[in-house]
Amino acid sequence: MTSAVEAPVGGAHAASREPVLKVEDVQLKFGQVTAIDGVSFDVLPDELFAVIGPNGAGKTSIFNVISGVYRPQKGRLTLDGKRLDGARPAAIARRGVARTFQNIELFANLTVIDNLMLGRHQHIRYGTLAAMAWLGRARKQELLHRRAVEEIVDFLGLAAWRAMPVGLLPYGVQKRVELGRALAMEPRLLLLDEPVAGMNLEETEDMARFISDIRGELGVSMIMVEHDMGLVMDLADRVMVLDFGVPVTTGTPAEVQRDPRVVAAYLGGDLDTVPDAPSADATPSEIAAEAEQVQP
Amino acid sequence: MTMISPDQRPQGAERRLEKGSETPTAKRSRRVWGRPDLYTSYRQDMAMLNTRPKQLGVLAIVVVAALLPFVTSDDLLKILGTGLVLSIGAIGLNILVGYAGQVSLGHAFFVGVGAYAASALAGDPEGRYLGFGVDIVPVWILGGGIAAAVAGALVAPIATRLRGLYLAIVTLGLVVIGGYIFTEWRDLSGGAQVGRDAPQPVFLGSELTIDGAYTQEQKLYWLFLVVLVISAVLARNIARSRVGRALAAVRDRDVAAGVMGVELGRYKLIAFVLSSFFAGVCGLLLFVANGVFGPERFTLLLSVQFIAMVLIGGVATVSGSIMGAMLIALLPRISAELPSFLPFITSAANEHPNIFEVEIAIYGSLIVIFLLFEPRGLFGIWVRIRTYWKSFPFSY
Repeated sequence: MTSAVEAPVGGAHAASREPVLKVEDVQLKFGQVTAIDGVSFDVLPDELFAVIGPNGAGKTSIFNVISGVYRPQKGRLTLDGKRLDGARPAAIARRGVARTFQNIELFANLTVIDNLMLGRHQHIRYGTLAAMAWLGRARKQELLHRRAVEEIVDFLGLAAWRAMPVGLLPYGVQKRVELGRALAMEPRLLLLDEPVAGMNLEETEDMARFISDIRGELGVSMIMVEHDMGLVMDLADRVMVLDFGVPVTTGTPAEVQRDPRVVAAYLGGDLDTVPDAPSADATPSEIAAEAEQVQP
Repeated sequence: MTMISPDQRPQGAERRLEKGSETPTAKRSRRVWGRPDLYTSYRQDMAMLNTRPKQLGVLAIVVVAALLPFVTSDDLLKILGTGLVLSIGAIGLNILVGYAGQVSLGHAFFVGVGAYAASALAGDPEGRYLGFGVDIVPVWILGGGIAAAVAGALVAPIATRLRGLYLAIVTLGLVVIGGYIFTEWRDLSGGAQVGRDAPQPVFLGSELTIDGAYTQEQKLYWLFLVVLVISAVLARNIARSRVGRALAAVRDRDVAAGVMGVELGRYKLIAFVLSSFFAGVCGLLLFVANGVFGPERFTLLLSVQFIAMVLIGGVATVSGSIMGAMLIALLPRISAELPSFLPFITSAANEHPNIFEVEIAIYGSLIVIFLLFEPRGLFGIWVRIRTYWKSFPFSY
C-alpha cells in the first residue's frame, strides 16, 4: 500500500497561497444534539486535506455543511473568498464543489455514461424546448459533453461498463463511477467521503492511484474523509482529527500521529488515563489497528 | 449494440473501420459493411433509434398504423383512435411518474383543463357556451396544451414540499376540485349530464368530423396518429436530453441530484408542465374523438386508468406508454367479444356476469398481474422477447 503512492507534493509550497476553502468556527446542531462545533480549517490550492475521527465524530456532517445539504447554525464558509454558507446545494455545485458519498448515491437506473453526463449537468447549456426539438444546439452540446465524459471514462478505466445501468455494477466499480461523476463537474474543490470504504486491497490501491492522479494531473483541491489510516497518512498533506464534533488537532500526518490526544480520541479514554500513549515512531498501521479494536 | 472504444477494438475491425471512416471526427461516420451494429461515432450511439432493426421496426409500425384505416371497420377505428389519443396522455403521465418519479393521481384534472380550454378557444363566440372562435386547428391544440401546462405549473410547487404517497393524495384532491369546477362552471362545460360540443377540426378545407371522401373515423384517426407521432418524438427527445437525465436523477436520488447541480424545484416544475401539456392535448383530442363529453368523465377513474396504462405499458418508457394505452383502449372491445367464446358471459347489462363486469375485472387483474410478474410492463415483455431472439439458439 505504502509503496503504491508517491509522496505528497502540494502541501509544502501551497502554504503561501490563498486558501480555496475557508471554514470558520462552524457549528451544526440537530435540536439539542451538537453534530459539529467550533470547526475551523482551510484548504489550500492543490492540497489534499484529510478529516479523520471515530465514528460519529461529525466528518460527514462537515461535508453536508460544505455542500449545502445542512445549514450550520453558526460560522462562515468561504470559497475563493466568497460566502458559501446559506446557498442551495445546486448553487454550491455551480460554484465548483463536487462530492462523493459514503454510501454510494448514484442514479441506479441510469447508465454509467448518463451518470457522468449528470455530473456535467451545469456545464451543458440548452433549455427544455431545445431538448424537445433535439436540433442544432442541443445535439451539438450533447456531443461536446459526451466527448468530455468519455475522457473521464478513459481516465478511470470504466470503458467496459459504460452502457450498463450502474445499479448492476460491482461495488468497487460503483465507487469509481461516483468519483467519475464528481470529476465530470470539473470541480474546484472535491469532497471524498470514504472513497475506499469496504474495498479490498487491490481496489484500495487503484483508488489511491486515481486520487493522486487527480491531484497530479487536474490540480483539484480535495477534502477526504477516510478510516483507512494507511491511505490517509500516505496521501494527505494535512490531517484534521475530529472527536465528538470538535476538532482535536490539525497538522501534517506525522504530527497528527504523534499527538497523544489523537490516540485518546480513538481509544476513547481520558488523556491522563491513557495507559501507554504510542511512542513517536509508532506506524500508522499500529494506530489504525488500535483504533479498529475500539470501533464496532 | 456493442460499444467498443478505440483502444479496445479488435484488430480486424480496426482495419476495416479505417477504410470506412476517413476522418474520425466526421459528422456521420459511415457504417462498416457487414457490421451494422458497430458504432463509429457518439452521434450514432446517441440516436433515438440507434440500431437498424429499431429504425426498420418503427418505420414498419408507423406505416402499418397509417394504412390501417383502409382495411379496418369504422367502429374499430374509433376505438383505435381513442387508443392513440390516450397514448398521448399516458406519455405525459409517464414523464411525471415514470421519468421524474412524482406520483400523481391528478392527471384527469389536466386532461379536463386541456379539453375545456381548447373547446372554449375553438367554440362559437355566438353560441350557448364560452367561445373565442379560433378555428385554426394547431392553434387550439397548442392552446389547450398550454392551458393545461399552466395549470401544471401552478400545482408543481406542491411537489417541492411533498413526495410519494402524500403527493398522490394532494393531487387526488385536485381531481375533486377540478370535478367541482367543471360541473359548476356551466358556461364552460355545459354542466353535468349535458356537456358541450367538441371543437370541430377543419384541416385543409376538410371537415374532419363530417364524412367526405374518407369517413369521419378515418380522418380523425390520421389526425390522432400524426399528433401521437409528434408527441412520442418530443417525449423521447426529452428523455435522452439533459432534462430527461435531470428528471431521472430527481427520481433516483434527490439529495445527490441537488449536489450535482440539478435544481430540484425547477425540474419538478418542468416535469409537471410537460406532463400536463401532453395531458391537455390528450384531453382536447379525447373530446374531439367523442364529440360530446360530460364533465363527469374527468374523475378519479380516468386518473387511475392512466396510472394503469403506465404500469401495464412500462414505467419510464415512451413505447410502453403507447402499448399500455392501446391495451386499455381495446379492453372494452376485447370483453365485448368474450360472450362468443365463453357462453356464460352475457352482453346484456341486466344479467350477470356481463361483459361490463368482466371488463372491470380484467382491468383490475391486469394491474395486479403486471405489478407482481412483470413490473417493467409490456415493454419489459418486449425486451425479454428481443433478448431471447438476439441470442437464439443459445438460451443463455
